[in-house]
Amino acid sequence: MNPSDRRQRTRLPLSGYAICMAGICGREALRFIQQRGRFLSALVRPLVWLFIFAAGFRSVLGVSIIPPYETYILYEVYVAPGLVAMILLFNGLQSSLSMVYDREVGAMRILLVSPYPRWYLLLSKLVAGICVALLQAYAFLAIAWFWEVEAPPIGYLTILPALILSGLMLGAMGLLMSSLFRQLENFASVMNFVIFPMFFTSSALYPLWKVQESSLPLYYICLFNPFTYAVELIRFALYGQFEPFSAMVVAGCAAAFLLAAIVAYDPSAGLMARRGGPEAAK
Amino acid sequence: MPIHFADHPAPDLAAEPPALSVERVTHAFGPRKALDDVSLAVPRGNFTALLGPNGAGKTTLFSLVTRLYHNRSGAIRVLGHDVRRQPAAALSRLGVVFQARTLDLDLSVMQNLLYHAALHGIGRSAAKQRAAEVLESVGLSDRARDKVRQLSGGQMRRVEIARALMHRPDLLLLDEPTVGLDIASRAGIVAEVRRLVASEGIGVLWATHIIEEIAPTDRVVVLHKGRIQAQGAHAEVLATAGAPDLPAAFLALTHDTAPQSEAHP
Repeated sequence: MNPSDRRQRTRLPLSGYAICMAGICGREALRFIQQRGRFLSALVRPLVWLFIFAAGFRSVLGVSIIPPYETYILYEVYVAPGLVAMILLFNGLQSSLSMVYDREVGAMRILLVSPYPRWYLLLSKLVAGICVALLQAYAFLAIAWFWEVEAPPIGYLTILPALILSGLMLGAMGLLMSSLFRQLENFASVMNFVIFPMFFTSSALYPLWKVQESSLPLYYICLFNPFTYAVELIRFALYGQFEPFSAMVVAGCAAAFLLAAIVAYDPSAGLMARRGGPEAAK
Repeated sequence: MPIHFADHPAPDLAAEPPALSVERVTHAFGPRKALDDVSLAVPRGNFTALLGPNGAGKTTLFSLVTRLYHNRSGAIRVLGHDVRRQPAAALSRLGVVFQARTLDLDLSVMQNLLYHAALHGIGRSAAKQRAAEVLESVGLSDRARDKVRQLSGGQMRRVEIARALMHRPDLLLLDEPTVGLDIASRAGIVAEVRRLVASEGIGVLWATHIIEEIAPTDRVVVLHKGRIQAQGAHAEVLATAGAPDLPAAFLALTHDTAPQSEAHP
């Protein structure tokens, strides 16, 4: 290729955008297939909750009839949507935060030297993460179906947009965290300080009216936890119903987190400079 | 308002911009200046060694050129394209080998190369063809299907160089690419990159603190505490330092006389 040919390449062709996103999703899919242990552990985690925790608490926690449920339900049925949301939460944080870890820092830098706009690269990364999370969520729902968590067939379709929106919110949150925290030594600290608090202060394990009965402060914390709304959005969607308020909160948080993440990763914002400074791990 | 055509010089093959030009770049982290009024150029078809001890500012310079974050002052151009104002044009002409390993260990060599091609918008069939070419040129054609994990450290580095060449860059940046390698693989990689400079006309900026990697035909830039101490042809740098050879010149240029900016806090 001679120099004058090279000079022609100033504008990025539109088709390149599609190739770029497909490449990022493809890589995520390949990694997912290669690391079978990752898939299993991602699946085992919610199943343990379903098989053991929920079974054990079946008799302790009676759940009365609340929407979207029309009859008395088993506790397993109540927790299932929360566990689906937990899969999304783990995935969103794992795929985004994995970029913080030493070996992965390089992978992030390879991504960022792509000539495509940075917001597009980050969005592609999120889409890739959501695709993987969807696979896991459906695998979980399939197994749960044999465990008497049976939603109406249409629910498995209507849950899809709810999963995508929630996945976007949680993935964007992870992306934002990966840009803000210089050092997250290991995933354990993320579990302790982010995943468990978010999961427990939500409507995933117990309905909010029950929380309100036992602790008013906790009830308000749950109300301000965006994860609560992801859980409720998924819960209603699984029964073919749309919960507008939850959808609005989740969409709003997704947009806010995504915007903040894009700003944080902007080369002019100074945050990357702080991250990439001499003190930061190479 | 008068229009200044001088800002947009007509394309003139004789005056083609260098592969990389850094002009008066200063960059500070808090009160500490990592780069202080740094200007340097990497001509096309040239091997330029960026020599500096640890903490000289090499990594900061690489972060700025690769647009991890923006320079606040001065200008950085890749083939005349400003990294801040025309990032797509600049980055599409730039290949990088980072100091840290950046390959996916669980994926095959080919999968790693195809991923990189996709990041540059290169379609699959074109990417496969190009991957065969670049693997051939680094002598790893027979390892395309192997997982990266099965390669030696030197082979991984060569895959990273091959990857950086996938999109036919005009400028190749390498940040201490031979760190952690044995002497034989080190020499092999240096020779490999020099061959690319000669055959493809690529401009190379090779950051290192290993003086043995530098040849008498190279351009040399000595960076110390964020400042350029000397730059030019090998002989010019020796003359600047008043030293008989490069190790002596390097010592003379980087021994610790506190720079003036730090003498007056």
